[in-house]
Amino acid sequence: MIHSLFLINHLGDIFLEKHWKSVISRSVCDYFFEAREKAVDPENVPPVLQTPHHYLISIYRGKLFFLSVIQTEVPPLFVIEFLHRVADTFQDYFGGCSESVISDNVVIVYELLEEMLDNGFPLATESNVLKEMIRPPNILRSVVNTLTGTTVSAEIQGVIEACVKLSGMPDLTMSFMNPRLLDDVSFHPCVRFRRWESERILSFIPPDGNFTLMTYHISSQNLVAIPVYVKQSISFFEAGSCGRLDITIGPKQTMGKTVEDLKVTVHMPKAVLNANLTASQGNYTYDFTTKLLVWDIGKLNPQKLPNLRGSLSMQTGVPNPEENPSLNIDLKIQQLAISGLKVSRLDMYGETYKPFKGVKYVTKAGKFQVRT
Amino acid sequence: MTAMQKLLQLPVNAVNMVKTVQSQVQGQEEDKSPVLTPDSGQQAWYSALQPDELRHLRSGGTGGGGGGGGDQEERAPLEEGGGGGGFQTQPLRHDDLKEMLDSNKDSLKLEAMKRIVAMIARGKNASDLFPAVVKNVACKNIEVKKLVYVYLVRYAEEQQDLALLSISTFQRGLKDPNQLIRASALRVLSSIRVTIIVPIMMLAIKEAASDMSPYVRKTAAHAIPKLYSLDPEQKDQLIEVIEKLLADKTTLVAGSVVMAFEEVCPERIDLIHKNYRKLCNLLIDVEEWGQVVIINMLTRYARTQFLNPNINESLLEEGGSGDKTFYGSDEDEDEDEEEKEKKAEAAAMAKRKPYVMDPDHRLLLRNTKPLLQSRNAAVVMAVAQLYFHLAPKAEVGVIAKALVRLLRSHSEVQYVVLQNVATMSIKRRGMFEPYLKSFYIRSTDPTQIKVLKLEVLTNLANETNISTILREFQTYIKSMDKDFVAATIQAIGRCATNISEVRDTCLNGLVQLLSNRDELVVAESVVVIKKLLQMQPEKHSDIIKHMAKLTDNIQVPMARASILWLIGEYCEHVPKIAPDVLRKMAKSFTNEEDIVKLQIINLAAKLYLTNSKQTKLLTQYVLNLAKYDQNYDIRDRARFIRQLIVPTEKSGALSKYAKKLFLALKPAPILESPFKDRDHFQLGSLSHLLNAKAGGYQELPDWPEAAPDPSVRNVEVPEWTKCSSREKRKEKKVEKPFYTDSEGESGPTESADSESDSASGSESSSGSEESGSGSESEESKEASESEEEEEEEEEEQKKKKKKDLKKPVQESESEQSSEEEERKHQRKSKPRKSESESESDEDEESESESSQSESEDSESEAEVKKKKKVQTRTAEPKPPPKPLKKESKKEKKEMSLLDLDDFEPAPSPQVTPVNTFLSNSLVTDLEGLSLSDSVLSPATIAPSSTLKSYELLHRITGEGLSVEYCFSRQPFSPDANMVAVQMQFTNNASSDTKNLHIEDVKLQSGMRVKEFPEIELLPAGETATAVMGIDFCDSTQAANFQLCTHTRKFFVSIQPPVGELMRPVFLTENEFKKEQGQLMGMNEITEKLTLDVKCRNEHAIVQRVTTAANLSRVPCGSDKECRFAGRTVTSGSLVLVTVATKEEGAAQLTVNCEKMVIGTMLVKDILQALTQ
Repeated sequence: MIHSLFLINHLGDIFLEKHWKSVISRSVCDYFFEAREKAVDPENVPPVLQTPHHYLISIYRGKLFFLSVIQTEVPPLFVIEFLHRVADTFQDYFGGCSESVISDNVVIVYELLEEMLDNGFPLATESNVLKEMIRPPNILRSVVNTLTGTTVSAEIQGVIEACVKLSGMPDLTMSFMNPRLLDDVSFHPCVRFRRWESERILSFIPPDGNFTLMTYHISSQNLVAIPVYVKQSISFFEAGSCGRLDITIGPKQTMGKTVEDLKVTVHMPKAVLNANLTASQGNYTYDFTTKLLVWDIGKLNPQKLPNLRGSLSMQTGVPNPEENPSLNIDLKIQQLAISGLKVSRLDMYGETYKPFKGVKYVTKAGKFQVRT
Repeated sequence: MTAMQKLLQLPVNAVNMVKTVQSQVQGQEEDKSPVLTPDSGQQAWYSALQPDELRHLRSGGTGGGGGGGGDQEERAPLEEGGGGGGFQTQPLRHDDLKEMLDSNKDSLKLEAMKRIVAMIARGKNASDLFPAVVKNVACKNIEVKKLVYVYLVRYAEEQQDLALLSISTFQRGLKDPNQLIRASALRVLSSIRVTIIVPIMMLAIKEAASDMSPYVRKTAAHAIPKLYSLDPEQKDQLIEVIEKLLADKTTLVAGSVVMAFEEVCPERIDLIHKNYRKLCNLLIDVEEWGQVVIINMLTRYARTQFLNPNINESLLEEGGSGDKTFYGSDEDEDEDEEEKEKKAEAAAMAKRKPYVMDPDHRLLLRNTKPLLQSRNAAVVMAVAQLYFHLAPKAEVGVIAKALVRLLRSHSEVQYVVLQNVATMSIKRRGMFEPYLKSFYIRSTDPTQIKVLKLEVLTNLANETNISTILREFQTYIKSMDKDFVAATIQAIGRCATNISEVRDTCLNGLVQLLSNRDELVVAESVVVIKKLLQMQPEKHSDIIKHMAKLTDNIQVPMARASILWLIGEYCEHVPKIAPDVLRKMAKSFTNEEDIVKLQIINLAAKLYLTNSKQTKLLTQYVLNLAKYDQNYDIRDRARFIRQLIVPTEKSGALSKYAKKLFLALKPAPILESPFKDRDHFQLGSLSHLLNAKAGGYQELPDWPEAAPDPSVRNVEVPEWTKCSSREKRKEKKVEKPFYTDSEGESGPTESADSESDSASGSESSSGSEESGSGSESEESKEASESEEEEEEEEEEQKKKKKKDLKKPVQESESEQSSEEEERKHQRKSKPRKSESESESDEDEESESESSQSESEDSESEAEVKKKKKVQTRTAEPKPPPKPLKKESKKEKKEMSLLDLDDFEPAPSPQVTPVNTFLSNSLVTDLEGLSLSDSVLSPATIAPSSTLKSYELLHRITGEGLSVEYCFSRQPFSPDANMVAVQMQFTNNASSDTKNLHIEDVKLQSGMRVKEFPEIELLPAGETATAVMGIDFCDSTQAANFQLCTHTRKFFVSIQPPVGELMRPVFLTENEFKKEQGQLMGMNEITEKLTLDVKCRNEHAIVQRVTTAANLSRVPCGSDKECRFAGRTVTSGSLVLVTVATKEEGAAQLTVNCEKMVIGTMLVKDILQALTQ
């Protein structure tokens, strides 16, 4: 299956290699570098590449490429999913997945890789199997709702992330006040599927540490209440080779909670040279090489709505962009799951001690785009 | 020297080498001058590896010198890779490392190994350290050992002889009592790619394959492909090991061995037969990666073993598409016709033989479905492709939602999923239509994702959603990503070709795009417009005119060229404009780009041929201009065309054909998806994604014409279920054409689509039929011969009935079941009587009741006799269903007709409780199969002969009406989640009771009741029975209701003993143990007890437990244990009961049940049953 793995940084240096079968020369990566050159953004590199003797399957995570070399037929998703699992494991172990972190822990990384694959076939990929951990009786879980919406379509997807630190073999059951909201779910393998089917209860013996218990999707019939509204106008003038920008954001259906970590990102057209703006709240930056305008607002104050306005200077002689850029909005609302999903109770069986239980609801904007 | 000889010599060599190494270690220690050591006391084999300074000289050398000659080729890239200033100091460092490795301190060794591993990780060569490292293979420190293994696996191939030093350590490790050490020894041993040790590896694998520990067996499975890649000649032996491991019953091994199977012998599909069902059943518990491999393999397997579930539809479909091939040549059509005939024949065949899904096929579909919920995208994809390739068309839809879910994952996952969705959406568009919006494009998506989404959107476009899609496309056209815009324009073109309604709209939209500033957009639009116009140019002369006008404004050369080509091609449709365009172009000729110039020449030539009068001069002018152009291509073209179109005396025969050459009808391009027909590759595979066969790809075979023998999958079962169920079933089918005929009406298509839980379809009907007989014989466990005879009689009657077609099927069935109930009733009361005679404590009922039941007995016996007489007179119409039986006997002729009307349209609950035993329940096919297996071994299945009756209404309070009820333990066919309660009404009063029915049902929340149909008349002294269903929601709460007659209402309530809230399920011993293992902790209740004196043998225990609770016996090897299994009726939670007997009547009762309340109550009940 997976023959070799190369870790490549954003500069195109191979800083780690591991082979599970006989050694393959790193020159095989040249095909990848070629494709990397061709694609402007690293995201645009095709995940699957064909070379005369090998197939290269790669993922891009945290500014690193995880490039695996394959020789024979294998489901591509199998490899992709595995590579992401490797990245997740690094994240879990070292709290990050950057080149420096991996280089600092190269021996552990190597040992991990050795355990995760045998002859190219996944062996142990569960974080808790790989990890030995102290288990204080403590459980904290958070329901993170991710909201994805545009004026065109909106949907809610969410995950339940669990952090379990319980000793022994606790058997947990978690029930929801309104499981009917859930349209499509997928589970961590520890969840007993039949129990969910029959009773809509999550019953499981948790692994230790952090893991994603469940991801779900809210049925589209339920209208998504988008928590903020955006008023924007961006215009470019042919004559003065300049443009105007005016963005205001206001709260809408936040159920009394504060919107935090509000951030607007605009990918400006190539012709925009610089931006001369004033923000009523927060800071803005404009990177003229990447053409990225980032407006970091922070908390949304409903009394005084944040506003960003000013002029854009344009390259002269270049025709105006015919399309206005779309706005990407990030936000977070603590203590609120916009899906309305509520955890009803969490019970523990099989152990006698009393665990600490807690639940945290968070709403985050997923890919919230405002077309202009 | 053969490998074996070498091997035999190994110990001697090894000893020598170890000695040298040791002596050197000592030397170093004495010396205490590590820097100098490499130079001192070097042995011949060692010099080949050392020192670093020498490396530079030797690199590129032969490298063969000495036993341990390293692979020199490896060095060259290394020196580049090493890079930086670090390399200069490396020689010294290596000496450090060697010293550290040779020291006695584990901490130093560990540090050295860590540094070496870091070198390996960075791709630096560390092969010269091999001798120093390999010595530490036997190091006690686990940390060091692990890293040494890492090193060894990396360099053993390059340093084969030295690597042999480590072998004995691993061989010792293989015998270690600790399973983890055994496994790790095997893992490393098999990873060392040294051909000499192949026999050792083979031996180790064989031994490990029968290791006690499943983990070691798993490692053995992993080792198989390693050995195979090292020495393919071992294939036959390895296949034997694979065969053995395939039979393994643990989930840990399953995934790994199937992976080995796929790599070593994927063609040996026959090895799977015996393990097929097991693999299906284990699947859900196998680890994720193994699931992927197993599912992919089973997809292929199913394609060779089962019939195409869409046979009828696919024939129709293909027939339809046959018409579409009219683009093809005439010969093709002939072939097509032949093919069509064949297909028609096949279709006819298919119609004659209705498709019945093999239960094993169904098993696979059912057991993979839950995995669509897996968090692992690869598993979801594997199930999706399985459904796409194997499921009946109507069922494939379930995968859409799961695939759409994957679209919210990482972009790489999206990329692969979208490729597959694109292929699927061509074949099964409807499946993804509800998720249209999920394929909308975000500006942040990577281009490749955008293009794929566009592809899917295009495939999904139809008359109803095209306007939405086009609106969406309009947004995309404004995108900054120009590749994506180009793809969008292509997509619009495809929508326009596929959906004729929007062709004009699309064309107009595209025409507007012609004024776009972006060259790419315009060029792409022109190209697409060109393609669209080619399909029906005569209709669109106005667009051509419009485009002609655009030549004044559009500057993009590609677009200008395309427009000119169009005008030239269709100059006949625009006879007035074309010459004028040429005139303008002639004017600006010198300023045009080359591609435009070429098209001007083309236009001129075409016009000259069609309209030479107006354009002769213009053409000559253009050709003259071209003649002196700077570009030789243009000059050549001008010369060539002049020769061709302008006739001179020299110009040969070609000019005659000029018109044909230039104005030949050009075929319209076909705009079709690049994903069309890509599904001949197994979806989800690398080959599918690349649209090219990848190495090692296994073709997905076509469905077989006729199904191969399904009995190959039958597994030899222990004695008690030896009889093959399948054969039995077939026999029965032959015996009872009655059922199949009646179901056959529902037709082949329906049966193909029928899900197991739908009652229709021949599959389920056969299942129910078989289980029906199962429950029947379960009832008649006492197995009196007379009863069997009766059954035969019944059979005969059925046949007669069939001939006697005047009676509708349903009625005869219902009637039969009522007969059966009656018999059952009779049977039931018999043992009760005998029991009450022998055991006084069993006699709990009031005296009046028992006397009553006795009288009842005699009565019902008489009844049966009477009935038999009736039955034998076949010419006579059958008596109507039960409740009105008495009456009907009295006034047979009229009532029977009346009954027909009353009972036909709405079959009452008491109809067919026997025949649909399984059809509604969720019991799997396999369980169904095994149920019928077990039927043949009465000892294994619990007898439920002694049904206890309870009083619902006493004769005195009921003013003459007495009602008893019992839990018939039959599945309640109208609703599988209900418990069937059989009621017996006896009218002891002197007057008739009328309109017996239920009213005012008061229930706890969640509970439900299905009332019995009203009994219209119960004459004085008569008895009637009815069945009602109650869903107790797995609780022992009473169901309260009023029993009403035409004069009175009685408050009554039915409270179930906990044992009646379940239904038996069949489990094998292993399944039982597995399930029990999952129901530990709070879910397990254990009690010690002393068995009642009369209850010390197995038979008595079984009887008492099954009387107390509706459970079935689980086969068990030991006679000290009796096991029982069931599921609660409402929620289907497993209930497992174990009674382990010890000496002198001591015993232990264990109940495992998720529902703790039920568990506790059940323990109490069974305890009582066993101790009293």
